[in-house]
Amino acid sequence: MLIKKPADIRPSEITSQSNYCNRRDFLRAGAIAGGSLLGANALGAVVPDARRAKLADVRASEFSTDETPNSYEDITTYNNYYEFGTGKADPFENAQDFEPRPWTITVDGHAEKKGTFDFDDFIKPFDLEERIYRMRCVEAWSMVIPWVGISLAEVVKHFKPTSKAKYVAFETLNDRSRMPGLRRRSLDWPYREGLTIAEATNPLAILAVGLYGEVLPNQNGAPIRLVVPWKYGFKGIKGIVRMRFTERQPDCSWNMAQPREYGFYANVNPDVDHPRWSQARERRIGAGLFASKQPTLMFNGYGEQVAHLYKDLDLRRNY
Amino acid sequence: MDTLKTVRFVGKPVVFLLCLLPAALVVTDAFELTGRLGANPVEEILDRFGNWGLRMIMITLAVTPLRRITGWNWLARFRRMLGLFAFFYVLMHFLTWLILDQGVLLSAILEDLTERPFITIGFAALLLLIALAATSTGGMRRRLGRRWQVLHNAVYAIALLGVWHYWWQVKKDITEPLIYAAILTVLLGARLWWRWRR
Repeated sequence: MLIKKPADIRPSEITSQSNYCNRRDFLRAGAIAGGSLLGANALGAVVPDARRAKLADVRASEFSTDETPNSYEDITTYNNYYEFGTGKADPFENAQDFEPRPWTITVDGHAEKKGTFDFDDFIKPFDLEERIYRMRCVEAWSMVIPWVGISLAEVVKHFKPTSKAKYVAFETLNDRSRMPGLRRRSLDWPYREGLTIAEATNPLAILAVGLYGEVLPNQNGAPIRLVVPWKYGFKGIKGIVRMRFTERQPDCSWNMAQPREYGFYANVNPDVDHPRWSQARERRIGAGLFASKQPTLMFNGYGEQVAHLYKDLDLRRNY
Repeated sequence: MDTLKTVRFVGKPVVFLLCLLPAALVVTDAFELTGRLGANPVEEILDRFGNWGLRMIMITLAVTPLRRITGWNWLARFRRMLGLFAFFYVLMHFLTWLILDQGVLLSAILEDLTERPFITIGFAALLLLIALAATSTGGMRRRLGRRWQVLHNAVYAIALLGVWHYWWQVKKDITEPLIYAAILTVLLGARLWWRWRR
């Protein structure tokens, strides 16, 4: 398959890993110093230091955007992860003590290689890459997030799906004792999401295991989550414990909850509004109180890489 | 001091300041002096003003039942101030949406007002509140006579529209709108019950 290169980055603009990390450390140190002046809500406490291990051997990627990433604080305090509560700050508050180890991922369905794998064994065969992606939430806000992840296309290939495998379905951990949000039926648990095989093998799709060069924080979906940047954020299923190759389109949680509002494809599309709000513009988190919203781009600006997947599809109907 | 004087010189200033507190906290939180507005400050301000608008409407509607149960007739003296604070918070909610959220972009505002039913009903509630606020003075009350009470019964419609507006807006978790709806049911139910027994 032809891998199209993204147009939005020039080699001269790629920040080297060391420069980039230094800059982040500098910014973070400054923010911690600033925060401590204000007392209790200092930034250092966003994710305890004990959990913030650095990831080794992370390659840069040509798919990264050159836009400035959101702050670590924004990315880790403003989340939708209903397993830890429906409020935006709930995952940050309620996932602090979550223990994402030991962790297994079950691979089943129409594939030659199947089984239950320990997390570390699951990701071992694949290279870690940093992917700085735009993230557009269906609620009309967006961020730029420096993920670290493995190529989902490589993962799919690794398990050798058979010709019957037309879709990949994912499931989130469903453990009430560890995820307080599960006690309420805000969604039909476990959280489920899915992609077509063509989508899952698109080079943009990754399974993220890190953020800002460090292990993925709990509130962002530790230890492993899906990132498909041309789709609305809710497709990016978190805390994955199961990956299944299916012949039929799998059930997806938001689609099951409100089929008129959330489709299976859920591609970012400024021309197809959510029934209750416009999708034409988005608020970029971190832009400041007086910043205006910015126009939302078709496929979140990733059309060059993914538009061909949908050329025969009526996107108004298949939202 | 008699009750009327206590209400006027102690009760009213204290209630006034208390009612102003949520708005003051938005300002001090914006400067991170007391807390913070978080990653999405526009949404946070919008939510806080909207919530306080609804709460003030509920508190205003609680005055009469409370007065009836306790026999504390002086409570009625706070009703106008509370109602005007409800108007204040709903107006601030509207202005936050207009200026900070929509950036006074006329095309987007008109589209939202006409094509998003939850915004249309919120706007209708605001228009009714403006009418009530404008006729809240003693002079207007005398001038309108009997019609004043008829007009001010619109507060029940405003409360219903407000809860409906909130209910329709939330993505999935309707717990909070449900709580407002329950409180409103009690407040309106009490009135119906008393009317029926009369």
